[in-house]
Amino acid sequence: MTQALALQSITAHYGATQVLENLSLDVAEGELVSLLGASGCGKTTTLRLVAGFLQPTSGTITLGGRDLTRLPPHQRNIGLVFQNYALFPHLSVADNVGFGLKQRAISSTDRAKRVGAMLDRVGLAHLADRLPAALSGGQKQRVALARALVIEPPLLMFDEPLSNLDAKLRIDMRIEIRQLQRANGTTSVYVTHDQEEAFSISDRVAIMHQGRIMQLDTPERLYQRPANAFVARFVGFENLIAMSVVARDGAKVTAEAAGGLPLTLSLEQFGEIPDRFVLACRADGLAVTDNAAMEGIPATLGLRTYLGRAYQYQTSGPAGTLVANGPLTRPLEPGAAVKLVPVPEQCTILAPE
Amino acid sequence: MMTRKIHPLLIAGTVLVFMFLVGPLIIVLGAALSDTTYLTFPPQGLSLRWFENIFEIDAFRRTIFTSLQIALLSTSIALLIGIPAAYALNRYRIQLPGWLSTLFVLPVLVPELVLGFSLLKNVAVQYNSPIYISLLFGHSLLVLPYVIRVISASLAAFDFSIEEAAISLGSPPLKTFFTILLPNVRSGVIAAFILAFITSINDVSISIFLTGPGLSTLPIQLLAHMEQFFDPTVASVSVLLMILTVAVMAIVERTLGLTFLAK
Repeated sequence: MTQALALQSITAHYGATQVLENLSLDVAEGELVSLLGASGCGKTTTLRLVAGFLQPTSGTITLGGRDLTRLPPHQRNIGLVFQNYALFPHLSVADNVGFGLKQRAISSTDRAKRVGAMLDRVGLAHLADRLPAALSGGQKQRVALARALVIEPPLLMFDEPLSNLDAKLRIDMRIEIRQLQRANGTTSVYVTHDQEEAFSISDRVAIMHQGRIMQLDTPERLYQRPANAFVARFVGFENLIAMSVVARDGAKVTAEAAGGLPLTLSLEQFGEIPDRFVLACRADGLAVTDNAAMEGIPATLGLRTYLGRAYQYQTSGPAGTLVANGPLTRPLEPGAAVKLVPVPEQCTILAPE
Repeated sequence: MMTRKIHPLLIAGTVLVFMFLVGPLIIVLGAALSDTTYLTFPPQGLSLRWFENIFEIDAFRRTIFTSLQIALLSTSIALLIGIPAAYALNRYRIQLPGWLSTLFVLPVLVPELVLGFSLLKNVAVQYNSPIYISLLFGHSLLVLPYVIRVISASLAAFDFSIEEAAISLGSPPLKTFFTILLPNVRSGVIAAFILAFITSINDVSISIFLTGPGLSTLPIQLLAHMEQFFDPTVASVSVLLMILTVAVMAIVERTLGLTFLAK
């Protein structure tokens, strides 16, 4: 696959505040890459830089080999889909969709044909003459999508496009967006703060924090093999346990947490294991047992909450505050002394911070 | 059906307020129609001769024309400056300091007499500018804050990402301003136009300083006429001004609905 969009060493400021720090990002032809992070992480800034509404302090942006960095936004030929739809209130659905074609001086007959075909694809042909005010949220976002797609841009960018829709519609729409994007093979950048949304529709996801990309990877790798503590916490590894290796035996490594727990890990699963590392496990990857004979991290149970599929316990002990899940069949009482047993298959290891 | 008893005091109060608002208009209208050579109410005899009188007096004919001209021109100038100013104030609200938008409405807070006098002293006299130009300048300054205020109000409801959407689709910024932004604040622009026009055409405080030999506005001429004669002509002119205002409002009501003025 050839690289379509490339951001090289982008640094950006709002006044004196640095909002992006030496950010680089490559998006391949036809790929959908999400920028995921909390508000203020720089994801929207990145999108606005590519769109041309902001100027970077330094760095370059290229699209299909063409340098965009100093090009005014109306010459960039990028399709944009906004959170609040941003439809033209005084134009009909058909005129909204046809707006970009009109700017490209495409004849009215040709325009009508392409607008009609695009409205068919998003299932809104029967609403062509309506004004945006007469549409539902989902319909508005379909019009916005059609308007961005009809100009056949080399790059399509979404800025939290589903945030204003209700939960059910959000899921339908994201599937629709992914299908249209796949069918057209349009290179896309998708900004969202919703992890499930990003993971479900993206080829790759960039998790951003404080103006930097913490990790850019496939959803699967992000979910199972986070590269650092920030990403680990972000994708739900609640427990980060500092451990040190006490013995190495071929492919087996024995490590201990504070307060005990010799745990045997296989190099086959984790690759290289440094002498000091952090074991990251989700609540599901940390089993609770009150069997004193078991090897595990000693802890005292705190609050118990009901998750439906399991009970979740807040625990405290020499290894710090940890969150673990226990079976529904045996609810344990707060204050009980227990052992927490990591399930290696559901854990990952990180370099110490 | 339930009938609600309305308190008699409420009815009395409503009637009083109504009388307070409408009473003077009725008196002026009555006085204008009086057949007497002095202002009186109720009218004694009915006649339109004082309306005819307006057009027979040369000064009135000329000042009506001047007033309309000044109102139209000053409003246009205020719109030309005010629309871009209001746009910039709203578009870059976050980047701009908060006091800037206050600065643009300051002329409203300065007593108009003070504004008029300082314009006379510091512009008209200082630069010896032609009366017409000084008058036009004064009126433009007078109505500018209203224009900015009203257009800002309708821009506050405008989502600027709409503008960005148009630009991203290939429409250059200036073209976007005319094809996307202006059509969406049309009612604000019309409201600003009407408010500015009416403010200008009724202005006394500024005009009294800036008018001069050979050039006057209708309200100033009215004032001058009243000082010399006490005939119903002034009432007739007032009625004409009222009719003009009502006509403008009626056109707005027909085309846009009055509710947008309250926005």
